[in-house]
Amino acid sequence: MARNGKEKAPSSGAASPAHLRRHEWVAVLGAAARSRRGAIGALLALSVVAVAVIGPFVAPHSSTEFVTSAFTGPSGRSLLGSDGLGRDVLSRVLFGGWLLLLMAAVATALGAIIGTALGITAAYFRGTFDGLIMRAVDIFLAFPQIVFALLLLSVAGPKLWLVVIAVGISHVPQVARVIRSASLDICEKDYVKAVELLRIKPRKIIVGDILPNLVTPLMVEVGLRFTWSIVIIAGLSFIGFGLQPPAPNWGLMLNENRIGLVSNPWAVVVPAVLVAVLTVGTNTFTDAIARVSIGVERPVGDEVFLGVATLETEK
Amino acid sequence: MSTTIDTLARPPSEGQFHAARRWSRRFELSHPVSAMVVRRLITGILTLFLVTIVIFAATAVLPGNAAQAVLGRNATPDRVKILEKQLHLDRPAVVQYWTWISGVFHGQFGVSLANGQAVSSIVKGRIINSAVLVLLAGVIGSVLGVGLGVLAAARRDGWLDNILSVVSLAVTALPEYVVAMAVVMLFASLVFHVLPAVSVIPPGATPWSQPSAIVLPVMALVIVIVPYIFRMMRGAMVEALESDYVEMARLKGSPRWRQVLVHALPNSIAPTIQVIGLSILYLAGGIVVVEYVFAFPGVGAGLVDAVSARDIPTIQLIVLVLAAFYVFMNIATDVIALVATPRRRLPRS
Amino acid sequence: MTDGAARLVVDGLRIIVAGSSVDVVDEVTLTVDAGEVLGLVGESGSGKTTVSLALLGYTRRGLVVDAGSVRFEDSDVLTMSADELRQLRGRTIAYVPQDPASALNPALKVGFQLREALTMHGGGDSNRLEVSERMAQVLAEVGLEASKEIRGAYPHQLSGGQQQRIALAMAFACRPRLIVLDEPTTGLDAATQRHVLDTVRGLCRSYGVAAVHVTHDLAVVAEIADRVTVMYAGRLIETGPTKAVFETPAHPYTAGLLRAIPSPERREVLVGMEGQPPRPGHRPRGCSFEPRCDFAVAQCAAARPPVVEIEGPARTARCFRAEEVVRRSLGVGAPVSDVMVSQDGAAADAVLVVAGLVGRYGEKEILHGVDLAVPRGSCVAVVGESGSGKTTLARCLVGLHGNWSGTVAFDSQSVRPLARNRSLKVLQAVQYVFQSPYTALNPRKTIGQLVEQPLAHFYKLAARERTARVVAALEAAALNEDFLGRYPDQLSGGERQRVAIARALVVEPELLVCDEVTSALDVSVQAAIVELLRRLQNERGLSLLFITHNLALVRSIAQEVVVLHEGSVVERGPTDTVLSHPVDEYTIRLLEDVPKLTSLTDSCHVSAVTPV
Repeated sequence: MARNGKEKAPSSGAASPAHLRRHEWVAVLGAAARSRRGAIGALLALSVVAVAVIGPFVAPHSSTEFVTSAFTGPSGRSLLGSDGLGRDVLSRVLFGGWLLLLMAAVATALGAIIGTALGITAAYFRGTFDGLIMRAVDIFLAFPQIVFALLLLSVAGPKLWLVVIAVGISHVPQVARVIRSASLDICEKDYVKAVELLRIKPRKIIVGDILPNLVTPLMVEVGLRFTWSIVIIAGLSFIGFGLQPPAPNWGLMLNENRIGLVSNPWAVVVPAVLVAVLTVGTNTFTDAIARVSIGVERPVGDEVFLGVATLETEK
Repeated sequence: MSTTIDTLARPPSEGQFHAARRWSRRFELSHPVSAMVVRRLITGILTLFLVTIVIFAATAVLPGNAAQAVLGRNATPDRVKILEKQLHLDRPAVVQYWTWISGVFHGQFGVSLANGQAVSSIVKGRIINSAVLVLLAGVIGSVLGVGLGVLAAARRDGWLDNILSVVSLAVTALPEYVVAMAVVMLFASLVFHVLPAVSVIPPGATPWSQPSAIVLPVMALVIVIVPYIFRMMRGAMVEALESDYVEMARLKGSPRWRQVLVHALPNSIAPTIQVIGLSILYLAGGIVVVEYVFAFPGVGAGLVDAVSARDIPTIQLIVLVLAAFYVFMNIATDVIALVATPRRRLPRS
Repeated sequence: MTDGAARLVVDGLRIIVAGSSVDVVDEVTLTVDAGEVLGLVGESGSGKTTVSLALLGYTRRGLVVDAGSVRFEDSDVLTMSADELRQLRGRTIAYVPQDPASALNPALKVGFQLREALTMHGGGDSNRLEVSERMAQVLAEVGLEASKEIRGAYPHQLSGGQQQRIALAMAFACRPRLIVLDEPTTGLDAATQRHVLDTVRGLCRSYGVAAVHVTHDLAVVAEIADRVTVMYAGRLIETGPTKAVFETPAHPYTAGLLRAIPSPERREVLVGMEGQPPRPGHRPRGCSFEPRCDFAVAQCAAARPPVVEIEGPARTARCFRAEEVVRRSLGVGAPVSDVMVSQDGAAADAVLVVAGLVGRYGEKEILHGVDLAVPRGSCVAVVGESGSGKTTLARCLVGLHGNWSGTVAFDSQSVRPLARNRSLKVLQAVQYVFQSPYTALNPRKTIGQLVEQPLAHFYKLAARERTARVVAALEAAALNEDFLGRYPDQLSGGERQRVAIARALVVEPELLVCDEVTSALDVSVQAAIVELLRRLQNERGLSLLFITHNLALVRSIAQEVVVLHEGSVVERGPTDTVLSHPVDEYTIRLLEDVPKLTSLTDSCHVSAVTPV
């Protein structure tokens, strides 16, 4: 019970219009994008995505053709200079993003879906089922994500689909833990108990009553997982276990152009900056989502009503 | 690290606490803390045991097998069969597992497929090197992160707080290899040339005998974890400073420094310990890439080499070491956090 | 009676939301003399806590003082420097918080915190022995031993009552000249509440301390305050001597509050006030209370009423028709309509029979063999304080908690422990209304969807028929059709509770189990909900099992009452009998400890004593 035994009504000064609630995730995204952090994050991330997606169509050269001698600096022909095999850095950069993004997206989706399913069911059914899942989660959490991926790739080699699956599975424990924790809070709430009293089937309760309340934590977790997927997949490529040469890939380029760092730093700097800007952008935007809450139940401490900042909760 | 949520790591759950109390009665252990330690240790060993199964399954059961991997291009079916027999890969999986695990118990971790030496001798030195790295980075990072976090929270929304918050949000999202590359570019290759880009430590030498070799890797690791510790510490302190009991202290006439240090800080210790523990755990994964960049002779680089060479026994041992580190480090931080929280440590009279 | 120096004078205090022109409190003017207790009364959203904090020169984050002064002994608290404020707080003006559990630092021992209060202001140079002596003395004053267990305990190891006594000890430690108490007795059981009130009164008398006691409970005010001031929507709407205000209130809101308060001594119809106070930023141009006021005339909506004196400056009210309201004598002692009694004593069959119910949580036994019966069409109240097991009882009956043994028979048919093992018929016939309206409704569903869900589950009906029934249920709970498309967070607490009741009604149950359904609501709203339930019971022949800790409420709604103490039934019987002539010791004590409005007749007047 809240402080004085009375939970005061939440600040509904910005009582959200009913139509916003029907598609809450849209409203959350919109609010996040309107905040300053969210706008910057979205801008950064989307510009890199644009580079990755449009890049292949506007690259001046192909990613493999020999343009000039190795590690020469920028010139008219090759705006960012050449890499170790004389290929045009700019073109390789433009080609090198979309596959990374695609793999990261699939791995994130995989991890998020499985993790959420496990997390919610563990929280709802409790008991031995819960214990079992949490045991399994603990086991898999004992591996750092990149180590786990390397483990799976060690024997079979760097097959792309295996990379995606390995990274996706390595996300599952964390997602399951977070979603389970959020679901536990929800399952304890009276409105879920009220529905249980009707003897409605668990599946309906989970989908109809619990899942809609998980939208915000879920979106935040997906954002985090996506950022992580990019980091790990590019990282695996960096140490040689992702896309293999001669494929263009930002992570791979970071590594293979290290030797020529002094001669043509752009070959390293540009892919590094792209990856960095992307991850900073997605991370910042995810942070903005975390700070947005629309009409979420919050007992307002005492009756003091803060009319300002209805959507953002500053911490 | 890119965990942006200022959700505080939670102290050990109520459920675990009550379970510990039940155990303490069963085993007649007087103190719930010691009961919890015992219980967690047993669970930890069990977890590790299951971890070994996972490790073994991943390396022995997945498509492609070790023999093929080792032979690589030279893999004709005949040669594969001969090597399989040599490596005992023709025996059933369970037997292979048993051979391996009993070897582990006896301290025999097998022979490296890459160079024929005993795996343990290769890995031992590397463990020490990596431990030094992690320890240094952990200590420096914690001190910096905690200190900055307390400062930022105490002068909340001031200029220091704003700058630090923005910077930490950005840096925390950077992948470790980007940070490592940036550090190399800044201090070794492009801008300044004061430190080596590659950490040359002769085999058998201790890392601290070559101080210049460890500066950059440690710096890279510190940069990776400080933002995370900073944000969590700041979050914990802010929550404590906004609490009712700090407000009460203020209404009693307590000066600001006392509110922060005497009232808020003790309540922030438990989440801080957990955060520091999590950061050190994170480093266990971070060293893989960072050591690779600097060619630092630690377990991280060792793992990468082993995977490149398909050196299964070495891979198995290194992953096992890392997992064991994870499990026991988790237990340690949970126990310390429990001790630091009187509410969990002492039951209601 | 007045010692000129020790006076608190607040003049024209105005506090706004920082960075805007939205005011939270405005035109607050009051005085407190030495040794006097002023009761500051208001419901949620009235701004009373904001005012109480301002007396110490403190505003919460996001709020700022815009105008006015708070003068204590001729110095204005609001213009003091940080250093001066620090010296003032704790030593001259002290604060007793609302929730001691969160106001005491969980990581520090209680003795440490108490010592800090003692030595904060210049006691640092006295040696440890002196401090220990003072600590023992201070603890004794609040009825606690200065034992090692107490001093070395962490806050969570103490009971709620003990925690609040520690808070009181800390407040009185430096012999302040003004004490501000913010709802210090909420959440405490009746005996502890009684003790706390007595302690405060005693200490005030002994040391001539002026006190401002903030509360929503008018009965507490009647017991302890010499003067009372009532707040509504950020403004003081009435001020005056307690007895006068309560017997002849000068403002319709005060009168309304008095009519909404249940009394354990008389059976009366509770009159709630429809609507809710306007939120900051949404206050109307005229009188804030006008939309809900029975006395309103055209003038009230057009302009803000001025402060009107009634028989002298000691009594004021902010109302155009104050004198008329006074003349009507609408306060305590005014005639009230008696509650309609239905089926009293008729030999109705029992819709619910509980026999030998033993309830457990894990291995711990909470309920030790409870028996009770609910006659059809009647209301049985189960009264118990926290820890009595009443919520466990409700959950066991309804099937939310399965760890119990004994018999529970509904309509003569015994039911299984857990709801999911019970038949649909039983589930439909027994409905449960939860305590907190803020967590009982799924925030992601519309009101229409929420009320429809049980209906769709139990009955196969066409969509149009369903909607019709949903609307009917809402109307039975006094909510109109507009609510169908709204979401819970757009509703007030009272409205949400009505939705919960509508949701229970829509399947046409026979028994409604109400678990502390009014505890989270303001007094005026509580009255409306209780009246609603009573009306439903009369009109539909609904049986009610009404669980509450509020003994006073029982009289206005229940025909029978069962008193629960630490898991056992200690007394049961018709309401009038049990409340007028209690037999069991616990019941007797409970009735004595509960603060009553009628204590006005012997309220204390404090004589000036030279402060220590």
